[in-house]
Amino acid sequence: MKKIQILGTGCAKCQKLAAVADEAAKALGAPYEFEKVTDLKQIMSFKVMSTPALVVDGVVKLAGRVPTIDEAKQLIG
Amino acid sequence: MNLSATPSSSIRFCAVAFGLAGWWLLYRHLSEVAGWLTHAVFGLERGSHLGASVEFFVFEAPKVMMLLILVVFGVGIVRTFFTPERTRHLLAGRRESVGNVLAALLGTVTPFCSCSAVPLFIGFVTAGVPLGVTFSFLISAPMVNEVALVLLFGMFGWKVAGLYLGLGLIIAIVAGWVLGRLRLEKYVESWVYENGTNAAAGDGATPALSWSDRVRAGVTAVREIVGRVWIYVLLGIAVGAGIHGFVPENFMASIMGRDAWWSVPLAVLLGVPMYANAASIIPVVQALLGKGAALGTVLAFMMAVIGLSLPEAIILRQVLKPRLIATFFGVVAGGILMVGYLFNLVL
Repeated sequence: MKKIQILGTGCAKCQKLAAVADEAAKALGAPYEFEKVTDLKQIMSFKVMSTPALVVDGVVKLAGRVPTIDEAKQLIG
Repeated sequence: MNLSATPSSSIRFCAVAFGLAGWWLLYRHLSEVAGWLTHAVFGLERGSHLGASVEFFVFEAPKVMMLLILVVFGVGIVRTFFTPERTRHLLAGRRESVGNVLAALLGTVTPFCSCSAVPLFIGFVTAGVPLGVTFSFLISAPMVNEVALVLLFGMFGWKVAGLYLGLGLIIAIVAGWVLGRLRLEKYVESWVYENGTNAAAGDGATPALSWSDRVRAGVTAVREIVGRVWIYVLLGIAVGAGIHGFVPENFMASIMGRDAWWSVPLAVLLGVPMYANAASIIPVVQALLGKGAALGTVLAFMMAVIGLSLPEAIILRQVLKPRLIATFFGVVAGGILMVGYLFNLVL
């Protein structure tokens, strides 16, 4: 099962990324686990420099912007 | 790089080329179109208050919006070359002074959102970017931005925009340098440095992007930024138009004119806790300037509002001890204050 994590302290873009990633994952159809990481220390442990960031199975796939749903599908799938 | 790699990318380039040509044509003839609309279509008399206001609006509003779209598009493309990781790579290990100048300059072109201020701060300092240099970046990034510059240029001309750019950079450079000299590293929360393996992440290489991707980034920037700020721009121009036609000049001169010595500190004191983006402050700036407030006072107010804010202080509190935040705000506010006075004195 894929593990999808959204890193972000709760800004508008972070909410948007969470929504896009969730929709993309649903469209892919496979079961997945979804988590929003808002704790700063935890976010920093992924070594990102801009938020929001999309993490799939522990790997940072995208940081600092909101992708399109198609792009998110590719990143997750 | 192959410009005609796919049909969709060549269509996109044609669209960009046509767009730019159309932009230029329209921009050049805007003043004639505005005059014609006001007098021939709306039937307003030349020389009347209402006529002057309407003509001002139908000329200025499209002009500023067009400038904004073009510049945001261009900057959106430029920003694809400057990721935060690359900027960090360029700054890491720099000595101060050179580092402060470079950081202030990079702050203007690196994509930055105040919500990422903390990850960016940690990423910088743990990679060996000196604290003062990091501050230069953090001051310049929000304060000197393309939206502020376009609006100042469109409404008040290139001199005001140029002064804002120059002074914003100087404040970022000098304030960052001063903060670096003060040796404040002990007031950074200790957990930041425990995270010290960060330097390994990212060697400054930017992801390989095609030109098609970069153009798309420009379009996205226009949609996001112009979509967010257009209403303030129109509001600002409407305020300007109202003043242009109706309000007597020098209305505000006694309160915020250059003779009132306390107006600059008051503008900074009011501006610091306020939080607004560059666009939404423009209507206020327009109103103040139009009514005779001094330029230095108004620019100081604008810099204080968009450069420093209470929410930013709260975000930074996670990594900085209160004493450092207070020093940071104090030094920057002091710089803005000096700039305000200098301006009012010189102009």
